[in-house]
Amino acid sequence: MAASNKTLAERDPIDPLVGRYPLVEGDPSFSEVTAAVVRPIEQPPKAWWIFFLLSLGMLGIFGISVGYLFWEGTGVWGLNIPVGWGWAIVNFVFWVGIGHAGTLISAILFLFRQKWRTSINRAAEAMTIFAVICALSFPTIHVGRVWLIYWPLPIPNQMGMWPNFRSPLLWDVFAVSTYFTVSLLFWYVGLIPDIATMRDRAKSRVAKLAYGAFALGWRGSHRHWVNYESAYLLLAAMATPLVLSVHSIVSFDFAVSQLPGWHTTIFPPYFVAGAIFSGFGMVLTLMIPLRKWFGLDHIITTKHLENMAKIVLLTGSLVGYAYSMEFFIAWYSGNPYEAFVFVNRAFGDYAWAYWIMVSCNVITPQLIWFKKIRRSATALFILSIFVNIGMWFERFVIVATSLHHDFLPSSWDYFSPTIWDWGTLIGSFGLFFTLFALFVRYLPMIAISEIKGVMEKANPHHPSYGHGGHEGPAATKEETPEAAAAPAEPKAAVVTEEKATAPEPEAKASPEPEAPKSSEPTDAPGADPEPAAPVAQTPKVEAPKVEAPKVEAPKVEAPKVDAPVERPGEKAPSQAEAVKKPEGPKSPTTRGWTAFMDAADMGIEPPKVTPGPKPAATDETPDKEGKEDA
Amino acid sequence: MPKRKKIYGLLAEFRNPADLYHACEKVRDAGYAAWDAYTPFPVHGLEQAMGLRRSVVPWIVAIMGFSGAGLGFLMQWWMSAVDYPLIISAKPYNSYPAFVPVTFELGILLGSFGAVFGMFALNRLPQLYHSLFNSDRFAKVTDDGFFIAIEARDPNYDPARTRALLEEAGAVAVEEVED
Repeated sequence: MAASNKTLAERDPIDPLVGRYPLVEGDPSFSEVTAAVVRPIEQPPKAWWIFFLLSLGMLGIFGISVGYLFWEGTGVWGLNIPVGWGWAIVNFVFWVGIGHAGTLISAILFLFRQKWRTSINRAAEAMTIFAVICALSFPTIHVGRVWLIYWPLPIPNQMGMWPNFRSPLLWDVFAVSTYFTVSLLFWYVGLIPDIATMRDRAKSRVAKLAYGAFALGWRGSHRHWVNYESAYLLLAAMATPLVLSVHSIVSFDFAVSQLPGWHTTIFPPYFVAGAIFSGFGMVLTLMIPLRKWFGLDHIITTKHLENMAKIVLLTGSLVGYAYSMEFFIAWYSGNPYEAFVFVNRAFGDYAWAYWIMVSCNVITPQLIWFKKIRRSATALFILSIFVNIGMWFERFVIVATSLHHDFLPSSWDYFSPTIWDWGTLIGSFGLFFTLFALFVRYLPMIAISEIKGVMEKANPHHPSYGHGGHEGPAATKEETPEAAAAPAEPKAAVVTEEKATAPEPEAKASPEPEAPKSSEPTDAPGADPEPAAPVAQTPKVEAPKVEAPKVEAPKVEAPKVDAPVERPGEKAPSQAEAVKKPEGPKSPTTRGWTAFMDAADMGIEPPKVTPGPKPAATDETPDKEGKEDA
Repeated sequence: MPKRKKIYGLLAEFRNPADLYHACEKVRDAGYAAWDAYTPFPVHGLEQAMGLRRSVVPWIVAIMGFSGAGLGFLMQWWMSAVDYPLIISAKPYNSYPAFVPVTFELGILLGSFGAVFGMFALNRLPQLYHSLFNSDRFAKVTDDGFFIAIEARDPNYDPARTRALLEEAGAVAVEEVED
């Protein structure tokens, strides 16, 4: 067993059970981070031109399709009388859904202090804005007479009438335009410090002027940062209910109508889950190639991809639950029209679309349960394409199947798209990718200032900076809990193992080149509070490995548990305790560990255990013990 | 253009966030008022080290958000029940449950305007010219430079003593910046 001499932390370095994996790999300096992020802007790769020209070609298709539509009217589409909402509405809902991940990543993950979001939030926000632009273009062209598109807005018009505020379609106008505006503001506020970075690096006069104008004279003043951070937090706090409301309101377009298959109360949460699902799918589709082409693997790490994949899995399963619940309610409600619509959905004319939807949205994402798949960029890229396809079909199934067979069999019809429907769909991808290509070419696709803020060396109290010389009250306050934590742990038993844990951020930070010690004489060995901090980390460092022996303890160790009783004040873990709290707080873990150590000291051979969830872990720790004893 | 000789103040560069943090504590305790720290990212806790107060942005947001929602509701009520009453789906003129979504959205919209434009106003942005941009070294502030600038208009300012304070606080470079 080759892997058997590795610790648990080494075997799964990107997911230590305790402690944190660094959000930026390789411990670059601040200016190296800046350089890595702006490299695609300063030296764009050749592939960018290929991507941009392809997108531009697709955008041309959009222009032709929309131009012909304006010339001829909506008759060029495949709409007919029961199916009055065709591809335009399908595409609208599809793009609005994609537009939800950006604000979710930015706002909701920000509020939950999920720092991993900083690597992906900028690009996801940009994606949101471009997706909402695509989305907004569809209702606009769908109204037929585009020159009257201002009618839904509350501005005086030639009829002397006001819009009907009781209509969900009007709510939609307000929801989506508010969403667009707020997302744009959120994105721009986040961009200001980074545009200032671009301004200060710009060489050409045009670039200096353009970046300079949009940077608004940002100079990194901390008095500004205080207001800035407050504004950003509040924007996040407002964007969070906003993002949930927008797709709920989009779902009201359907749910408030009387049509079987649309008139269901599950629609708002179901649409929101679907939106997050499709949005993360699109983020994966975009970020996986970009991190490769632009060499940003150390900032958008496998851990980031894995986290996103988990959200895809969760929301995909929620969507699958919604599908089955719709069927259940169709049967349980006893409404024959509702029941017919759902049987027709799964087995009628559009059964092909329905089963594409189910396979892509419910079945394939279940592969993410496998760790190998959710950590493979290639596999996730392929899966994300399936998610995109599946979510488009979901919108299509909802719109087309409910409409094409409505109450009156005499009016039933079948919707099939024309070439112009296809043109607008493909063209809208062109619009989206063109905007995205311009974004990655001219703006930093990773939030430079935010990513620096989550690096360890950004923390002025990081142990590697030393702790001497505090004078202010604030500093002392922050320092005390760290130091106080140290003596609470029985460190004697664990100290031997400390060096083995390579990927632990705290352990790694001390030799970092970019962090010169402060000029105060804390470098000297034994200088007062400095050593306290590293010691405080020790129990944390240790914990992941300790898991392994503890798991087996209830099964086999029972007769041996009396050994640790020698240790005063320590109690052997009871079976129930160990089973119930496999990842519990530090102290039971340490107890399990000392029990194991003592058993080893007494010369008792640690037993082989039947492979559990972490089979290698149970075998290898004993080996290590043996060596240490020798 | 004749060159003005007026001095804006002293600009000191520090090696890393920790040095800057301790230096800010020293400058704060020395009693300066017209000074600021400049960093590429918001250094956690620096506002305490500088002795700054909490931001007032939340108040602006609250006022703007509630007025947005209130005005949004009034608009719908006036348009639907006063200016051009129409019976739609047999609902009352003032069918307030149906007005909730637009009221909510407008509250969020104006609250966000309050957050962003309120922040700009408090920070006096856009301000395309600032004396500190006269320093070449200061361009690093958006990359990896950590600075403190103490302005000459501060009553405690004294070219020699202030410079000594900054150097003692661990500055790697101190320079005078023209206004």
